[in-house]
Amino acid sequence: MGALLELTSKGIYCPPADLYLDPWRPVERAVITHAHSDHARWGMKQYIATPITVDLMHKRLGKNIQTQRISYKETFFHNGVQFSLHPAGHVPGSAQIRVEYKGEVWVFTGDFKIEPDAVSDPFESVPCHSMITECTFGLPIYRWPKSSTILHSIAQWHEQNKAQNLTTVLVGYSLGKAQRLLAGLSALGIPLRVHSTIADLNESIPTLRPYTSFIREWTKDTPNEVFKNDILIVPPAAADRTTLEKRLGPVKIGYCSGWMQLRGYKNRTTNIDKGFVLSDHADWNGLLQAIKQSGAQNIYTTHGYSSTFAQWLSENGWKAQPLQTEFISAETDVMVDE
Amino acid sequence: MKTLVHLLQTLEETSATHQKKEAIVLYLSSVNEIERLHTIALFCQRTPKRPVKIALFKQWIAEYLALPLWLIEECHHTVGDLSETISLLVSSETTEITTSLPDILQHLYELPGKPLEEIKSTIIYYWTHLDSYSCFVFNKLLSGNFRVGVSQNLIAQAIAVYTQQDVGKIHSALMGNWSPITHTWSELFHFTDHKVGSQPYPFYLAYPLEDTTLVTNNTDDWSAEYKWDGIRLQMVHRGQQTYLWSRGEELITDRFPEIVAAFQALPDGIVLDGELVVWDEQRTCSFPYLQKRIQRKNVTEKILTSYPAYVMVYDILEYQTKDCRSLPYVERRAILNTLLSSYPQERILLSKAYSFSNMESLNQLQLDAVQAGAEGLMIKRNQSEYQYGRKRGDWWKWKKEPFTVDAVLIYAMQGSGRRAGWYTDYTFAVWNGDQLVPFAKAYSGLSDSEIKELDAWIKKNTLEKFGPVRSVPAHHVFEIAFEGIALSSRHKSGIAVRFPRILRWRKDKPLNEANTLDDLNAMLSNGLS
Ligand SMILES: [Zn+2]
Ligand SMILES: [Zn+2]
Repeated sequence: MGALLELTSKGIYCPPADLYLDPWRPVERAVITHAHSDHARWGMKQYIATPITVDLMHKRLGKNIQTQRISYKETFFHNGVQFSLHPAGHVPGSAQIRVEYKGEVWVFTGDFKIEPDAVSDPFESVPCHSMITECTFGLPIYRWPKSSTILHSIAQWHEQNKAQNLTTVLVGYSLGKAQRLLAGLSALGIPLRVHSTIADLNESIPTLRPYTSFIREWTKDTPNEVFKNDILIVPPAAADRTTLEKRLGPVKIGYCSGWMQLRGYKNRTTNIDKGFVLSDHADWNGLLQAIKQSGAQNIYTTHGYSSTFAQWLSENGWKAQPLQTEFISAETDVMVDE
Repeated sequence: MKTLVHLLQTLEETSATHQKKEAIVLYLSSVNEIERLHTIALFCQRTPKRPVKIALFKQWIAEYLALPLWLIEECHHTVGDLSETISLLVSSETTEITTSLPDILQHLYELPGKPLEEIKSTIIYYWTHLDSYSCFVFNKLLSGNFRVGVSQNLIAQAIAVYTQQDVGKIHSALMGNWSPITHTWSELFHFTDHKVGSQPYPFYLAYPLEDTTLVTNNTDDWSAEYKWDGIRLQMVHRGQQTYLWSRGEELITDRFPEIVAAFQALPDGIVLDGELVVWDEQRTCSFPYLQKRIQRKNVTEKILTSYPAYVMVYDILEYQTKDCRSLPYVERRAILNTLLSSYPQERILLSKAYSFSNMESLNQLQLDAVQAGAEGLMIKRNQSEYQYGRKRGDWWKWKKEPFTVDAVLIYAMQGSGRRAGWYTDYTFAVWNGDQLVPFAKAYSGLSDSEIKELDAWIKKNTLEKFGPVRSVPAHHVFEIAFEGIALSSRHKSGIAVRFPRILRWRKDKPLNEANTLDDLNAMLSNGLS
């Protein structure tokens, strides 16, 4: 890698500033793109992130972590290196990290999504010379349908389930996917219940406030009758059919993830009735769009199909190479989020 | 196409078999006859011939998307299924094609042999104008690899529900030689041979069992019934009418009014298969009596009482007006059991089914059968359907040919009961040098008139009386049958035979041509028992 950012055993490191971006080992100072557990890990002396990400990290990593809140586009300096955070459209509070030093600009995208949603600040293209990009879905087979289409098919499926006296349960990550579903489905007038893990995170997400009248927490005291009309949203860890049916009677379980685009993945995901292609990452075209708009010539790829994607970029006029990072391809492993 | 795509999605999302079946039935009732048959053909793997090599598909896709072939390969590798890979790569967001499934298939059937460029542009057109799932289904049609996890059995069941016909017939129709190009739905699935009125079903006939290990190796799979010595009879009882069919498919209803009368008590819409027998005075099945009965054109009161007819029922082919021949034998037997025990009739009897566990028990059953006046055994596979014609494999008939000897009558004894006052129990002997040695007693096998004739002769020709027994001069020769032969110290001959009975009165046979003790000893040493 170049001189400004380099890959070390602890994570992506900026030598002149002496700080790390989303490190996976304990370090002095870390700039964090977003609150997902593979990007915001334990043990950093200081966490620098957007206000929403800081709030979420306090929920997930504890009250006692030392943090610094930086708003989108606000600049800050370390040893003369200029840093700023820019909306990544991935989950509430998610950011790309822009690093500038002696006229050279790098962007680390973290995880990002091009299509806007109701709860996250929409992705903004940041011009740069070098770009470290995720490519969780870096194959041309990943082409997302419009999320409005997916939300409508969820609503339709819910109607079918109601007609058969079945309770609809949707599974999505408690940070990001859950809030997208909550906002999107309450806009369609569907009453919603959420698992406590999600309810807890919701408090830190101001963009969800307009929808709160539709959203109630699913508690021990919630009578089962309400589920005739409500959709219950739970994180993957709470999606066990036996446990759910013990409380709710017969349920239909829908799983929301980009991986649902692959029938093989859907069929391997046990215990689900239906898959909905709803991803918080960019698809193939989204990745290309972000790279082209940034004007970057040097591309470093992380997550997922990094070698394949870098190979294709190399064949098409970029200087590209894959990075062996320790980010888990979010959404690949259901445990990542929890 | 849309309806089929919807069906396939539903099938994929349901796991319960009965729900899958319902979905198929619903589909069948919502499309026209042509599409219905095309879809059934697809489910039965009767897909159009693949118009080009699959390798070409990847090239076309790469070209169309301006992507390198290696990336397409990488995608295929990730997805695993080429049909799906293609649909993910090039399908459109919504389907812009309204072409019906039969038209699309017609198009595909016509593709092989067309110029490659035309094939290519046609296929790419479909790929890029169908939504992802429809494109996937289209590729499955195109690649001749249409597997959707629905068994032919389930398809047959759904068609049976939809057409309200017997699933067995649907099965055989599906197995036949057909395609949606050569046949119509009605030709395949509207059975014109729906049985009405007196019409019988073709008889299913057993094959002789030569190798008993076929049934003794897995005895749990088989049941045995007595093979009655009578006339095979199919009893059709529909619309308050009863029709009796012989195996030659000849109506013999009028000959057996007592059977017809008995059927009046049974529910309508049944067809039974069995054996018509006539009982003798011992209430055992007698073929000579049956012959007497059939010879009489006029069924008088006297005939009815002297030669009473019974049916030994062993199968049911139609129940509650429905053809049930495709049910397994054990299930048909269960229906039959319930039916006959709910409507007990003296003249309509259940021919019992027996299980057996080895060759010994099979031999014992055979002996029991012969003693009951049957010829031997029928051995039927528990899971067998009622087929037609003579078929190997599921239904066997097995009878051990009895030993027979010609023997001389030497003693007679009066019978009891209905035969009291008549000399009906006989002792037979074989030659040992110029001596007659008694070896068997028999009291069945002669007709009433033969008994009367012999009785008169015995009374006139008695040599000595020992209590109820009379000795008579050696004069009459009879053919005696028996099931087994063994050494015995309790008999003067040194030999005991199992279940001896009279086959025929051999008035044609001279006395000196009767068999000898040496003949019996030869049977013994030949290991014939
Ligand atoms: Zn993430
Ligand atoms: Zn990530």
